[in-house]
Amino acid sequence: MTRGEYEAVAAVPDPEIPTVTIEDLGILRDVEVEGSRVVVTITPTYSGCPAMDTIRTDIRRALPGRDVEVRTVLSPAWTTDWITDAGREKLAKARIAPPWRSDQRLSAPPGTLMLSISVRCPNCGSPDTTELSRFGSTACKSLWRCRACGDPFDHFKAI
Amino acid sequence: MSKADLHHGDDALIAAQRLAEWTSRAPELEEDVALANIALDLLGQARMFLSRAGDEDQLAYLRTDREFTNVQLVELPNGDFGHTILRLLFFSVYQQQLFASMRGDEIADKAAKEVAYHVDHARMWTLRLGDGTEESHGRMQRALDELWPFTHELFEGNDLRAGWLSVVEPILAEATLTRPEDGWAPTGGRSGVHTQHLSYLLAEMQVLHRAHPGARW
Repeated sequence: MTRGEYEAVAAVPDPEIPTVTIEDLGILRDVEVEGSRVVVTITPTYSGCPAMDTIRTDIRRALPGRDVEVRTVLSPAWTTDWITDAGREKLAKARIAPPWRSDQRLSAPPGTLMLSISVRCPNCGSPDTTELSRFGSTACKSLWRCRACGDPFDHFKAI
Repeated sequence: MSKADLHHGDDALIAAQRLAEWTSRAPELEEDVALANIALDLLGQARMFLSRAGDEDQLAYLRTDREFTNVQLVELPNGDFGHTILRLLFFSVYQQQLFASMRGDEIADKAAKEVAYHVDHARMWTLRLGDGTEESHGRMQRALDELWPFTHELFEGNDLRAGWLSVVEPILAEATLTRPEDGWAPTGGRSGVHTQHLSYLLAEMQVLHRAHPGARW
């Protein structure tokens, strides 16, 4: 891997949540340089994530003049645990409550949902919040409301 | 071409198309968003399975009804919201059992995580409506009686039914719904024999691609 190519690709913003990069979200898995050719490996967050096509185009644009191949891998399946600490901070700053990490959640058998007890309001910090809908503005988010400040907010679902 | 990939892809594609019909018509905004999100997950699954089976666009847009291998359950019209929720419950619990049985398969492992959310969503609505008002209970029981015969086809060629029943039956009981007796079991979907409803669905889904082959945004 060459640092320059990696950094150029890593800086590509997520098309739906442009405050974070594809590296922050753990979508970027690998960048390999083979002569003049750059092979970038990415993984989708959700099966039907409509941002993947845009991400592929944006990766090619980030490496102008290069022969770029973008590979998509499914395994191991993406998890919100791959969101970096920097990514979590950026999400919180954009008022999107970051997901719980799997070691912070109640353990659950495979195939069942791991539910968090409460999500802290990214606006005022109160833990007194309620889930309005498990499905939000994008596949990866749920919709919440803070009882303390009254504001609705997005929460990045743990998966 | 793997027949199993085609079956799983066709089931997910047709289920996604039906769910997408609720967009802008669901009982409330949050539900509209939820059903569209679930449809999108299913569409993503369909693309992965059909791409593994062959050319996804050719398979989705250029086959006739007799060439589709989905179960009839997923092609039935949406009916009322109760019908849609019960079908989602039946289908997503089936997918949960199926993907658990395929552990190690990269598509199944990816989809299993999303399906857990679908099951939970359908389960919560089933409880709310089944154990709700007299009107909602009556509608759910009618939907259950109508859809139950179509669930048998999900288990042709596999041994997932016992696991499926062990999840579905307690949910129905908690929702105060009466699980119908097993009887009539319509079949044929896997070999291309469908209800008349599939042709209309395909006509709508395929019309653009057939009129403008290769059209791009």
